[in-house]
Amino acid sequence: MLTETIRDLVAAHAGLPAGAVLEDDTDLYRAGMKSFASVQLMLALEEAFEIEFPEEMLTRTTFRSVAAIAQAVETLAPGKLAA
Amino acid sequence: MKPLGPVVGESLAERVRAAVAVAAEHAETVDRDGRFPAEAVQAMRAGRLLGVAVPPEHGGEGASLAELASICSSLGAACASAGMVFAMHQINMANLIDCGLESAWCRELLQRAVADQLLFASATTEAGVGGDLRQSICAVECDGQRFTLAKTAPVISYGEQADAIFATARRDPDAPSSDQVLVVLMADACQLERFTTWDALGMRGTCSHGYRLKGEGEAGQILPKPFADIAAESMVAISHLLWSSVWAGVAGDAVARAQALVTAEAKKQPGALPPSAPKLAEAFTRLRMIEGTIAECLARWEEARANPGASSLSLALAMNALKVAVSTTALEVVDACLMIAGLQGYKNGGPFSLGRHLRDIHSARLMIGNDRILASAGQLLLVQRKPARKA
Repeated sequence: MLTETIRDLVAAHAGLPAGAVLEDDTDLYRAGMKSFASVQLMLALEEAFEIEFPEEMLTRTTFRSVAAIAQAVETLAPGKLAA
Repeated sequence: MKPLGPVVGESLAERVRAAVAVAAEHAETVDRDGRFPAEAVQAMRAGRLLGVAVPPEHGGEGASLAELASICSSLGAACASAGMVFAMHQINMANLIDCGLESAWCRELLQRAVADQLLFASATTEAGVGGDLRQSICAVECDGQRFTLAKTAPVISYGEQADAIFATARRDPDAPSSDQVLVVLMADACQLERFTTWDALGMRGTCSHGYRLKGEGEAGQILPKPFADIAAESMVAISHLLWSSVWAGVAGDAVARAQALVTAEAKKQPGALPPSAPKLAEAFTRLRMIEGTIAECLARWEEARANPGASSLSLALAMNALKVAVSTTALEVVDACLMIAGLQGYKNGGPFSLGRHLRDIHSARLMIGNDRILASAGQLLLVQRKPARKA
């Protein structure tokens, strides 16, 4: 599942405090993700899904939540969601 | 409601000139005594410059960021401290205009800011976060519709002279350090206990003392937009543009002083180009680069404002580069002018003196340290996927 993979990557890279509750729509910035962590997360997503985020998608909105990231990945690589 | 508009019949340029003249007149004593540029700020109030950026529908004149930058530069040329006070005030004003219109309390403050020419300061640094704007330890404590806030701020520039202080804090006591809000504390509802005194190399009139700040207010005083978004979308860019404009003004006045000296030499020796004239031209060339970079970044800012969906990454990189480039180059320009002016520039109190300029401009690389900015730009370059030039 795409969302599961994204959740794992968020857990590994977003630098959230231990025990943070992570729903699909949890605001990652509010949960404590800082700018360096968001860069690490973005690079990990590119690696895992073999995608490249175009510059116009590199906004805070794109990485705000697991759901937002899933939507972005789906836009960039439509096949990945089903796989 | 009838727009208030400017009460004086003079043009913006005339009002700026009047405030600049007052700032210049008192620049020496402001610097020597490390005192607030009260006369200059009073002149800004008289010229209704403090509320000039407020949109006309809220009583102001809707001045553009380019107009604010130009005022910063003119004031900075006369008195860097006065220029920086104006710049920092306008950064807070921009936050209020951009982010506060959803709150009735903030809309009312905006009207008052124009009518009473209120002066805004900020408390964005905090002891214990290592100078990181984007982290807070202190938290807003809400009790129904009221809140209290206590913050230990190593620097609050002109905190004692301000009518309101914009402070960053965690959203609530359970929020992580990066989940910040921007809170407006009115001077009559906050206490400032000074614990360090600003006795610095330059920018002495900014009175950037350290304070233990305690304040309270109603929920409407907490700006609705998360501070992370305020910083990313507007505050960082506006800060770098207005600070850079002040520094450009300082460098510009140093070049003007060196130019006057070289011209005086030329008059004494007709028929020969003074040996320092090419050095003057070199300093002037670097000043033009500074001014060109600022103008280009102002244009980019307006372009980004017109296309809210466009990439914020290029803009952030451009603003980081602006800050680092201008803060470094302006120092080089002033230093070059000192070499041109020689002892005439080194001595205090004369028409060609450059000591104050040199001391003031040394703050530029430190105001958000360039190392920190380069680290942040380095991160952004890792994720940029297009060549690092404008398409």
